[in-house]
Amino acid sequence: MAGELTSRSGILPPPTERYTWLGWVQKNLFSTWYNALLTVLSLGLVYAILKPFTIWLLTQARWEVIEVNIRLLMAGQYPLEQLWRAWLCLHLLAAIVGLSWGIWVRGRRLVGIGLLLVPLALAAFPNIGPSVRMHLLAMDGVAVIAFGVGRLGGKSLQRTVIGAWVLYFPLVLLIIRGITSGEGLLPIVGTNLWGGLLLTFLLTVVGISFSFPIGVLLALGRRSRLPAIRWTSIIYIEVIRGVPLVTILFMASTMVPLFLPNGVRPDRVLRAMIGITMFSAAYLAENVRGGLQAIPHGQYEAAHALGLSGFQTMTLIILPQALRTVIPVLMGLFIALYKDTSLVVTIGLLDLLGISRSILAQPNFVGYQHEVFLFISLIYWVFSYFMSYISQRLEVALGVGER
Amino acid sequence: MIKSQLNRPHRLLAVWRDERFLRLLGQIVFLAILAAFLGYLARNMLNNLRQQGIGLGFDFLPLTAGFDIGEHLIPYDRSQSYLRAFEVGLLNTALVASLGIFFATILGVFFGITRLSSNFLIQSIARAYIEFLRNMPLLVLLIFLYTGVFIQFPRVRQAITLPGPVLISNRGIAIPWGMPADTFPLFLRILGLGILLAIGTGLALTWLGRRTGRAPLVWLWGILIFIATAVVGWFALPSAPLNLDIPAVQGLRLAGGQQLSPEFMALLTGLVVYTSAFIADVVRSGIQAVAHGQVDAAKSLGMSGFHIMRLIVFPQALRVIVPPLTSQYLNLTKNSSLAVAIGYPELFHVAGTVNNQSGRAVEVIVLVMSIYLSISLLTSAFMNWYNRRVRFVER
Repeated sequence: MAGELTSRSGILPPPTERYTWLGWVQKNLFSTWYNALLTVLSLGLVYAILKPFTIWLLTQARWEVIEVNIRLLMAGQYPLEQLWRAWLCLHLLAAIVGLSWGIWVRGRRLVGIGLLLVPLALAAFPNIGPSVRMHLLAMDGVAVIAFGVGRLGGKSLQRTVIGAWVLYFPLVLLIIRGITSGEGLLPIVGTNLWGGLLLTFLLTVVGISFSFPIGVLLALGRRSRLPAIRWTSIIYIEVIRGVPLVTILFMASTMVPLFLPNGVRPDRVLRAMIGITMFSAAYLAENVRGGLQAIPHGQYEAAHALGLSGFQTMTLIILPQALRTVIPVLMGLFIALYKDTSLVVTIGLLDLLGISRSILAQPNFVGYQHEVFLFISLIYWVFSYFMSYISQRLEVALGVGER
Repeated sequence: MIKSQLNRPHRLLAVWRDERFLRLLGQIVFLAILAAFLGYLARNMLNNLRQQGIGLGFDFLPLTAGFDIGEHLIPYDRSQSYLRAFEVGLLNTALVASLGIFFATILGVFFGITRLSSNFLIQSIARAYIEFLRNMPLLVLLIFLYTGVFIQFPRVRQAITLPGPVLISNRGIAIPWGMPADTFPLFLRILGLGILLAIGTGLALTWLGRRTGRAPLVWLWGILIFIATAVVGWFALPSAPLNLDIPAVQGLRLAGGQQLSPEFMALLTGLVVYTSAFIADVVRSGIQAVAHGQVDAAKSLGMSGFHIMRLIVFPQALRVIVPPLTSQYLNLTKNSSLAVAIGYPELFHVAGTVNNQSGRAVEVIVLVMSIYLSISLLTSAFMNWYNRRVRFVER
């Protein structure tokens, strides 16, 4: 008897779940009578929605409105002869992404190839200019070369690449805005000429890069032992979080000129940037505070025991750990900010949404709402979805919540 | 002896090395810098305002507004005051927010539950709906709904008539509506009585439940009692309290019934659809947060599926759901200010017009911000109260 219980020879392995596609259909679509009914009903619903939409998309949609205005949608009225600067930023981005992919990601070949296919697919569109096509192909080339370099360099390049990510956003601002007044390599392009997707991106980038230091300071301030600093932080955070972004943008656009000395009038894009930064700093502070609270008290005590000063404890021990845990949440904030930049149309800026409205207001493009809105929601959607994908990957990679 | 040793350094410390003194000094310096900064801004502002010849203060509120507001829940015309205009805007915000919260909750719970369906097709539809809306700016949706859908309907003369009758045209949508008759005030009192009866029943059932140990269906019975009172009251009155008003096309406009403007419909639809995707995610994660062992344990106690949902899963999921749900409600209310882009006269839109008319930007902003701020502070006060109430009490 005992031998029978302990010997493994007579025991069959547990059955593995293995079924044909018919079995899959049976299990996932027609398991019970009401599930079968629901399946049929929802198939009908999907058909009822998709059929007219597909017919419209293939036969009725007039895409010339996008073709004619693609440059406006992408870069607004940014001067044509300076557009290479926007491309330069994209090439730099491709290089950094390629490097990071080579160093950290390596596997996930499918996703990487998918990313490379995006510029290729865009370059395959029939009605685009030769220079655009060249730039798109060059982006892929740059990314592949950078991937190879990252692969070879490996760990030794890590610090450089992290530094490059940090420097990238200020650099982009500098390239787009320009340095030299008048003629020169990078003549200044006035912000009134910024528009389209370019402006949407720049507002997002400025918002996140400037609100980051302010937000971290506010988060630390809210946990400060000094009541004056703590209460100032709390009041700022709660007031900003309690009001809608449009009111803050409105305030930035009407009150910032009032608050500054007579004669100083920052332009409208700068005012919007101030508003967006003020707004997202409060939200960022709350996210960072969440990360700070997750640090066990023992970390403070251990740092104290090592003789570190309060400042050293913060910068060397607490903040690196806290910021690491909140990276996925910050990505969420980044996505929200990217979507929220569309609100600048309420103060008359021509970002992606604003420029679409002004295109639709032209007499020869009246009645093209469906095409234009489908196009810009697709743009908003693709980038936002891609960022949320990255944030999920980061969450896994950083092992948040697993330690 | 130890005590004296501990105390000694304090006495010997010079005042600029005393940590307490340094902290105090730090705070004073911080506040001084802050005050200087704010003072600088305020002085600039006063200078600028003086140069433009604009005063400061809320004395403009009783002045005549001089602009029309398309939709108002309370009587309003252009001869009334700015204050009245603000009230109209605030009521419109309240209207769209409360309707929006109501419908978004229904739609959100629906999609949250279908997202967890075992049926692959249903689950995929729900997932597509949620993912599509979550990655899209609300303002794009709103402007599309307004310029691409609601003002693209046929002209009034060719209005689409749905059974009801519901008339759909590019000037708005008209639905049948009850017009209060002279017995209406009496009916309202009967409804009040119904609410009292329902609360009484609820309390009695709760008390009974405590004694017998059986969980009573408090909400179900309360609502049934209320409906019963309303129905009895309706027929007991000598004449019906509400007369049905049926909309019709009258010349170049819709007449009768309740008129819903394209702006209102676009705003409401956009807010409901957009927020429902977020609520669906909240509901899904709330249900998933209930540990699976809880369901297994309930099954082993012999509970039926309905009882497991009602007594085990639902109360525990609710604890997780309510805080993020409240913040979604708050987001919806704050997002209603985006109506400024499509022209529905809610609080922020009215405030913009008041600013253009009166030129009192500072006061208008302060007023609008404090209204939104009080709404959100009240909401978070409720949330804190609720969290304390349902907090999981551990040993």
